[in-house]
Amino acid sequence: MTSTYAVLSEGLEKRFGEVHALRGLDLAVAEGTVCGVLGPNGAGKTTAVRLLTTLLRPDAGSARVAGHDLVREAAAVRSRIAVTGQDTSIDGDLTGRQNLQLFGRLHRVRGPAGRTTELLDRFGLTEAADRPAATYSGGMRRRLDLAASLIRRPDVLFLDEPTTGLDPASRNLIWDAVRGLAAEGTTVLLTTQYLEEADRLAGDIVLVDRGRVAHTGSPAQLKALVGAHAEVVVAHPDVLTKAAAVLDRLTGGQPSFDHDRNAVGVVSKDPTLTLPLLVRALDSAGVPLLDASLRPPTLDDVFLRLTETDTTDEVKERAA
Amino acid sequence: MSMLAYDGTAMLGRQLLRMRNNPGLLILTQTMPVSMLLFFGYVFGSALAMPGEAYRSFLVPGLLAATAAGGIMTGMFQAAQDTHRGVANRFRTLPMSRAAVPLGQAAADVVVTAAGTVPFLLVGFAVGWRVEGGPLEAVGAFGLLLLFRFACTWAGIYLGLLTRNEEAAGQLGGATFLLPLLSSAYIPTSGLPGWLRTVAEWNPISAVTTALRDLFGNAPVPDGAAWPVAHPVAGSLLWCAVLLGVFVPLAVRQYAHGER
Repeated sequence: MTSTYAVLSEGLEKRFGEVHALRGLDLAVAEGTVCGVLGPNGAGKTTAVRLLTTLLRPDAGSARVAGHDLVREAAAVRSRIAVTGQDTSIDGDLTGRQNLQLFGRLHRVRGPAGRTTELLDRFGLTEAADRPAATYSGGMRRRLDLAASLIRRPDVLFLDEPTTGLDPASRNLIWDAVRGLAAEGTTVLLTTQYLEEADRLAGDIVLVDRGRVAHTGSPAQLKALVGAHAEVVVAHPDVLTKAAAVLDRLTGGQPSFDHDRNAVGVVSKDPTLTLPLLVRALDSAGVPLLDASLRPPTLDDVFLRLTETDTTDEVKERAA
Repeated sequence: MSMLAYDGTAMLGRQLLRMRNNPGLLILTQTMPVSMLLFFGYVFGSALAMPGEAYRSFLVPGLLAATAAGGIMTGMFQAAQDTHRGVANRFRTLPMSRAAVPLGQAAADVVVTAAGTVPFLLVGFAVGWRVEGGPLEAVGAFGLLLLFRFACTWAGIYLGLLTRNEEAAGQLGGATFLLPLLSSAYIPTSGLPGWLRTVAEWNPISAVTTALRDLFGNAPVPDGAAWPVAHPVAGSLLWCAVLLGVFVPLAVRQYAHGER
């Protein structure tokens, strides 16, 4: 079976004056999957979404979205995609209902009134439907924004940090909607800073750092890239550094301190690390241990570890 | 083209809804010419050689043309305001005609202007202005007025998309109040010194004002004026064609390109 890609980009580059926002982005998102794009602030996530949704034109490289060339067939791309960005893309002067009806008409939806009512209900906006959207709370606005993207079911949906700053209720509504869309066959490309969100929603994760793809894989594959997260609590603050030195030797990771709790933690580079090994090493070094734990890495750990390595490399590059 | 008509109608609807939901700017722009008619007609008019009622009849077509030129200001302000709204980004990602957004804005502006002339002309009627020519000419005058408004709004939309800044648009837009001062909208140009008269008569507002006065039968075409004023209807149509020919392609291109 040949798999087809809903988003396929090669060497996408974008500069804003001196800032090189994207330095050759290669993405491959299979049809019908949810792809989470993770990266620190300024990694180029939003620029990537703006390029892939035809809002910006790439300086170099090429991409196909929903089977159409991004630059030469921009109109065809636009008819197959929808995007909900970080900035609200609804009209605050219009009511929620008027917004959805307008976008329904522009999308050539037959009978937009029925679809509008259905979406308002699904996103919990029925009561506020006839108030200007400018009076909505942040969560309501984001939900209306997503509803506007779904007025006609898109082949590819781009979500740029869809739940940043939202309360749990709004967040859950948006997560449910994303799962529902994916089940219906829509490809979703989602950028986020919340690793939990990517872990829950995305089948594939792309780590973006400084305008390039740093790592790709399923959440499990990415977690396997680093070892467990180890944390020990010691009896006196004076032995913290000693404990850290042992952890460093044992795991090769960069220890981080929690001085309030006399604790030091590290993300292991070695996937074979076990708790007995850890305890024995600390005990034989004479560290008075009160508590020790080893838990599977979260995507946060992966993220910190992988970007931390890159930073170290960069420092080395500069020093060389 | 049918795509443009369909999307343009949808955007026209959007603009009218915006104004209905948020009528502040609308009320301001529509009451301004009424207060100017009363202020100019009774306060300044009292100091003029022309008798008061004759001056007010003379002033009504001038204020209509000057208000139409105000389309530069509203076009600019609304276009600049829109560039900062996320909704403009959504429009750009929709499979819609690129020209539909500015077209809808300009068309909505014309609809509102048309509605706004009704209360203005009622006040004009109350202070002595009359249609003194034929009904066909009067209809032609309205058509010309709305065409001029349409053309000015396109110029404003382009400038608004260019500045992308509401504050700058507001200040520059305020400066458009000066344009009718150097035209025949409020005064006869025949009294101006030679070079100033030439400048004022090549102001598009003068051609439109003179055409309206001629078509409504309020005042004859002045003798010895520059070509656009001496042939006011042809001159006005030509000015509109020039404005539209220049600013429609510029505005559409500017809108389609966004921040690329």
